[in-house]
Amino acid sequence: MNAELIMRLRGLIRKEALQILRDPSSIAIAFVMPVILLLIFGYGVSLDARRVPLALVCENPNRDTASFTAGFFQSPYFVPVRFGTVQEAEEAMRARMVDGIVWLRSDFSRRMLNGGNAAIGLLVNGVDANNARIIEGYLQQVWAVWLAKFDAAQGLPLRIPVQVDARVWFNPSVTSTDFLVPGLIAVIMTLTGALLTAMVVAREWERGTMEAVLVTPASIHEIILSKLIPYFVLGMGGMGLSVAMAVWLFGVPLRGSLWLLLASSSVFLLCALGMGLLISVVSKNQFVAGQIAIIVTFLPAFILSGFVFDIRSMPAAIELITHIVAARYFVTILQTLFLAGNVWRLIVPNILALVIMAGIFLGLARRASHKSLE
Amino acid sequence: MLHQIFALVVKELLAILKDVKSRMVLIGPPIIQLVVFGYAATYDLNHVPFAVYNEDRSQPSRDLVARFAEAPAFQEVAVIHSDVDVAPLIDKRKALMVLHIDRRFSRDLLGGVPGHVQLIMDGRNSNTALLVMGYANAIVTDFNTWWAARSGGDKPPATLDIRSRFNQNLQSQWFIVPGIVALLTQVVTLLVTALSVAREREAGTFDQLLVTPMRPIDILLGKSIPGLLIGSVEATFIIAAGVLWFGVPLRGGFVPLYLGLFLFLGSVIGIGLMISSLSVTQQQALLGTFLFMVPSIILSGFATPIANMPPLIQDITYLNPMRYFLVVVRGVFLEGASTRSLTPQYWPMLIIGLATLAIAGWLFRRRLY
Repeated sequence: MNAELIMRLRGLIRKEALQILRDPSSIAIAFVMPVILLLIFGYGVSLDARRVPLALVCENPNRDTASFTAGFFQSPYFVPVRFGTVQEAEEAMRARMVDGIVWLRSDFSRRMLNGGNAAIGLLVNGVDANNARIIEGYLQQVWAVWLAKFDAAQGLPLRIPVQVDARVWFNPSVTSTDFLVPGLIAVIMTLTGALLTAMVVAREWERGTMEAVLVTPASIHEIILSKLIPYFVLGMGGMGLSVAMAVWLFGVPLRGSLWLLLASSSVFLLCALGMGLLISVVSKNQFVAGQIAIIVTFLPAFILSGFVFDIRSMPAAIELITHIVAARYFVTILQTLFLAGNVWRLIVPNILALVIMAGIFLGLARRASHKSLE
Repeated sequence: MLHQIFALVVKELLAILKDVKSRMVLIGPPIIQLVVFGYAATYDLNHVPFAVYNEDRSQPSRDLVARFAEAPAFQEVAVIHSDVDVAPLIDKRKALMVLHIDRRFSRDLLGGVPGHVQLIMDGRNSNTALLVMGYANAIVTDFNTWWAARSGGDKPPATLDIRSRFNQNLQSQWFIVPGIVALLTQVVTLLVTALSVAREREAGTFDQLLVTPMRPIDILLGKSIPGLLIGSVEATFIIAAGVLWFGVPLRGGFVPLYLGLFLFLGSVIGIGLMISSLSVTQQQALLGTFLFMVPSIILSGFATPIANMPPLIQDITYLNPMRYFLVVVRGVFLEGASTRSLTPQYWPMLIIGLATLAIAGWLFRRRLY
């Protein structure tokens, strides 16, 4: 009985493998897509604002204003452009030529020398709120450096009673690539995993070849297994490529163990394949399968996984919803394994969640395919 | 001729809308996604969990800690008393930040030497870390001003007066919700058009369409108009929800907004039909859609600014219609931008639309031979 099962399974897997080799599109999904996507995104997605165009308006240029604006010319974060009046600068901001305006009024120097508290006007384009906040942070740094220099030059005691000494663990230079690339791998694997099975199996339903397989003595378990195994191998290949690129091309440190990464990726891939299988069995139509795949895989993995948007910032109800997004657990695992290391207390619960989700997807897919036989 | 195109439009709409499942796919998910993403896609931080490690325990250090604990951005989750407790809290994500005040803090402060506060942050999400650092710096700066005023020192020679234009409170939602208009409109329109030719080609009915008296331009129009209809209904719905439900201000007029929308839809439809006529099967069409859509969303400026990308990638984004439309929607919503000021965004979409539609029409005919 067992030998027969293995024989049938081997036959089915051989059939799937031949089908994959004959139609290059699944190989393209598994290998070409991750490489291209990771290349574009790894270089393209960044939250680090550098070389921000900034308008400088000095209504009455003199030594004092120059001492302040010098900081912007030295900072790697700004590309200052001088404007004569604040109206001109605002025009430039409306035309999206500058992201912010530094406005030193004509009485800057006079007020600075008489009792202090001269106001430095800062106007930041708030359309991109996140970027605006980051720019404001940079501006404050320039101001603090200037203040310290000013006091030192005047021979005054430091006017900053408390100094902040920030240490960012796991990512001391605070580069967004290191945190975005592991998340990208999760997004890309969600896509490939679900697309591989959703598209390929939906096509079999549409063409009727699935029913041809269903009437053979092979049981539903064997059919599902025979679909999963070849695509699992393909998907793990794509995963391996992505990790290699992350480490060698983008220089993201891999501080955790490779085995743990392999184990969690396998579980996640099973989850993604199971989701794809379920989509294809339920829709049985390529149009619907493709749409559902895009809607339930890519967009949630992009927005609800913690890949860019921190889950802790979301309202409680939305945070609850993120628990049904498999990518959420995988993003946490990947970010931790890459940047922090083997934090068992964090990784084990997340892997368990993935195991449960994989079980649910595969179980539902199995039940749904059984019903369709009747 | 007109009634023939009309008949084709009706047929296309029926093909998409008659099936319950595909109808549901067009209506249900966008609504759910709008609501979920509108709330989920945020960079604003509330209740950042932080732990206090205060070795000083004097009045000034308690004052400083109280300022953190009372700030809406922060939430105190733990008080620790030793160095070894720091790592587990951060590693397991129990706290995003540890506020460490060392033993010398109040002695330094009262002695006129700067006191040191150490912030230990979880850098796994570097953006969050940067924002938390910004919030923490603001609190410490407040404390500094207060302390300096209390101890009778001079006022600083100049202070910053920071304001932000167009989005005074810097709410992420005002940035993201207009972006969702572009995002979901593109997804739905692209799917509707990208599969329309491929489906007929797989079924063999496209050849029949080509032998009818209709010219390729008529077929092109018949295939484009349903996408335009569905896309504009979808976009209008999201725009309305953005204003009425999310309360994002719509400061500009409908003319610049809808001019941008129609040009955007035209270019998305052109790309969709081009993908569709290049592919022989629906699977290829879907794959092509994916290969276009995923990069076009990620490289559009929807979540991360285009200005941060390397020059080569920035050049690639000029081919992406969503890049221009995002500037239009955000410009009209938040800046009240006029048609004239948005002209640099309109014409690239027009060119992309005309070029891709022309290529699609040409491919229709060529593929038959």
